[in-house]
Amino acid sequence: MSVNPRVRDWAVTDLAVTGAVRAVVRAPAPVLSTAGAAVDPTSPEVVQLAADLVATMRVSPGCVGLAAPQVGVAAQVFCVDVSQHPKTREHHGTFVLCNAAVVASTRNEKAREGCMSVPDLTGDVKRPSRIVVRGQLPGTGEEVELEAEAFEARALQHEIDHCDGLLFLDRAAGAHAVYARKTYL
Amino acid sequence: MTAVTLHAITVLGHDRPGIIAETTDRLAGLGLNLEDSTMTLLRGHFAMTLVCEGAAGDAEIEAALAPLTTDGTLTVTVREVPVEQVPAADGTSWILSVHGGDRPGIVSAVVGVLAAVGGNITDLTTRLAGDLYLLVAEVDLPADADAAAVEHDLAAVAADLGVGVTLRAAETDEL
Repeated sequence: MSVNPRVRDWAVTDLAVTGAVRAVVRAPAPVLSTAGAAVDPTSPEVVQLAADLVATMRVSPGCVGLAAPQVGVAAQVFCVDVSQHPKTREHHGTFVLCNAAVVASTRNEKAREGCMSVPDLTGDVKRPSRIVVRGQLPGTGEEVELEAEAFEARALQHEIDHCDGLLFLDRAAGAHAVYARKTYL
Repeated sequence: MTAVTLHAITVLGHDRPGIIAETTDRLAGLGLNLEDSTMTLLRGHFAMTLVCEGAAGDAEIEAALAPLTTDGTLTVTVREVPVEQVPAADGTSWILSVHGGDRPGIVSAVVGVLAAVGGNITDLTTRLAGDLYLLVAEVDLPADADAAAVEHDLAAVAADLGVGVTLRAAETDEL
């Protein structure tokens, strides 16, 4: 796997706006089950949203990613930062992608996921552990393609799912693969 | 105003299509709200347990579900239950897997190790497939439990039984 330096070197300061912390919505909020609209990554609203997502992620304990629907906006924008997580291997640091999609994937692995928007449940979800994602950087709108593996790959797919109006509950590995949460961050 | 109560309902017996549809339709007809439920097939037998909330009484619910039992293939029980306060867990979560040749006493011996340290099973499935016996359980261990010692004791019990046992941390990826 190779890290895309353009994504790795991207920083939220590139957006040149100050991010505000937004309230995180919880299921069953309808926005979480609504497919997000494609966005213009250069528009001021999207740039502000991108900065707000990063700001909100950074004040949320243990949060490694946040998608626009989780702050109540049905749009295809999300941020990720798995750099501090113990399960992370190679990673791209903090970045935001717009209109992103998984374009290639291999090696399914099952893991238990939790989500800020579904605070009382966890669930086993099988996802590819090596993926290629294509999307656009907010601000410039530059199209980028990046390879991700392991924890970063899982986080990216979880956030892209949010942008498509899907929760991990939609991908539960079976009828007995969803659990009441026992510990909270 | 009628007090809202919780009712634990079980439906057990010969499986056929439509049992859940009929059961839930009758409960909805009484204005009952299904909360938590679980259903599976146990050696081909339909087995469902559910907890629902509503103003109807046990006798009224039993009467509504009675048609399910008239051909003698299903058994229904209804019992009012108190609201349980689930304490916040300060321990650790684990997944226990045991599998090996079927013989009496596997479950009791293995879960006895967990009970001895105050471990609490919150989900359990066992399956017998031919000669293969399988147990998978979600286990909470108290914060002061020595997980390595529990694993050691489980391994000793498993060796006596001639089965394999693994205890894995039930980690959740917070995303």
